[in-house]
Amino acid sequence: MTFHDLAYDAGKTDFQRKAEVIGVGREGELLEVAMGPQHPSTHGVFRMDVVLDGETVVKLKPVFGYLHRNHEKIAENTSYLGSMPYTDRLDYFCSLTNNWAYALSVEKLAGLQVPERAEYIRLITAELTRVLNHTCLAGFLLQDMGALGTPLMYAFREREKILDLIESLTGARMMCNYMRFGGCRCDLPAGWLDAAKKVVAEYPRFLDEFETLLSGNEILMARTQGVGKLSAELAINAGITGPMLRASGVDYDLRKVDNYGIYSRYPFRVPLGSHGDVYDRYMIRMLEMRESLKILEPALKDIPEGPVVDPKAKLRGFRPKAGEAYGRIETPKGELGFYLISDGSPNPYRYRVRPPSLINLTILEDMCLGQTVADAIVTLGSVDIVLGEVDR
Amino acid sequence: METLEQIKARAEATVPGAQLSVVKNDSPCAQHSLLVDVEHAYVVAQFLRDDPQLRLDYCSNVTGVDFLDAELSEKVKVKKVVDGVEKEVEEVKKTKRAGYLEVVYHLYSMSLKHGPVILRQRTPGRADPVKVASLTPLWRSAEFQEREVFDLYGVLFDGHPDLRRILMWDGFKDYPMRKDYREPDDYEYEPTPHDEVLEKAKAHLPKQEVKA
Repeated sequence: MTFHDLAYDAGKTDFQRKAEVIGVGREGELLEVAMGPQHPSTHGVFRMDVVLDGETVVKLKPVFGYLHRNHEKIAENTSYLGSMPYTDRLDYFCSLTNNWAYALSVEKLAGLQVPERAEYIRLITAELTRVLNHTCLAGFLLQDMGALGTPLMYAFREREKILDLIESLTGARMMCNYMRFGGCRCDLPAGWLDAAKKVVAEYPRFLDEFETLLSGNEILMARTQGVGKLSAELAINAGITGPMLRASGVDYDLRKVDNYGIYSRYPFRVPLGSHGDVYDRYMIRMLEMRESLKILEPALKDIPEGPVVDPKAKLRGFRPKAGEAYGRIETPKGELGFYLISDGSPNPYRYRVRPPSLINLTILEDMCLGQTVADAIVTLGSVDIVLGEVDR
Repeated sequence: METLEQIKARAEATVPGAQLSVVKNDSPCAQHSLLVDVEHAYVVAQFLRDDPQLRLDYCSNVTGVDFLDAELSEKVKVKKVVDGVEKEVEEVKKTKRAGYLEVVYHLYSMSLKHGPVILRQRTPGRADPVKVASLTPLWRSAEFQEREVFDLYGVLFDGHPDLRRILMWDGFKDYPMRKDYREPDDYEYEPTPHDEVLEKAKAHLPKQEVKA
């Protein structure tokens, strides 16, 4: 079954779809269920309108926009720096990578240079964020599968250690507002590097523990292997990015492709999946955390002294020349891009966020068709969405 | 990767009749873009996707931009006779530009790992109906993003399978990302007709032509 058969079917009835999805010959009523917007497994205010034949999903339409506040319009009516704190609220798990993506785009637009120390701080905070996000996702995914509480609390215990680091650096656990155009807001506090080294050194122990409990777990394997399969061709065509794309076996990591920041200095591997199912997505994230730790360890040792912000970068009265720029980075969820058009005034003429969570939802229906409702929930959990970013 | 001029030349050779032009970008990153006419946009995009040298199989970002009617001023040197002597004088030449909506596509290649090639479609004006060609049949990733452009800018995509509002609710009337959009005055209290409120409400009334 391809996209053209199913998505271009505005005229088809649900019964015709059913015949295509699960074959003719099975009689029975179709049931329409609105899952969400208030449902614990939808990770926020998100609705899936599902049509079911028994327990089998025949049709699934994602509905969102409940958190829509027109972030882009607000940003177009404020200064460039004024929307930096607002980017925190996009994907509120990874505010530091959101900051970086926005700062990177403005730096491209205005041609600013970033000092060496700031590049290191950006890399370190971004990789800590990746570890934090993937840990939480593993916890949430297991929660969705019915492993109530324990794995999530294990994950949150570790997340809190990283959040403590981020809090001592930026003053806030989640709404960091830390990056500036041409650098970072403030320097590392005294003793921060040692504390970070300690957390990074202890992290593999937690990962080993977590993986011993889960990765080989029979129930987890039964619930995830072969569920929510996504082929590499469809993943590329649908613009899927991040761990989800790599779980389908496509080698595309912006840290390698675009070489932004100082990623080229640290060797790391890009884990790839071979089946493109939920288990692969879980496993890719586990492996990516280990690779992130491999980057963090030497980076925390190598970080040089120096200024953390480009002295030429203006904080007030910042007006880039007329032009446009599209900057993107690899956030834990995928490619986060900012498209900016400047007309020479203090606020952007056009400000666009390319949200990875929203675009990764495009193929949710394709992954869930013909499977049971319980599997649809697990599949949604493996996409890793944050509604603050989907709705903007 | 080839330069944008080379891509343009090859696209013109492959797709007869396509009107392509390069839109310059003055910012330091120099991401120039390719403006394509609406009639040939689909075929040109198909060429960009399937050409073995380009293989732009990944459409990363789709977005709309609104340009209002504007008066462009340009400095022109004109020869004039001033006090009997012919002189070159700088004059400000003003031209009116009709507003338009643009849809911008950022294309990358995952297999060859290059990009971006930026493709633009432009509508003739801002009044309804503003129509461009949908590229969703080529790149599935445009599906939700084109819906979003339709929702927030009111651009109709010809050939989109499921063009509905995506972020705003179905009964919503206006297009909030347009530059001339005025948000409604929401009062949490009973609006009383004092001067301030009346003044604000005027902005929502249709513009009346002044009779001579």
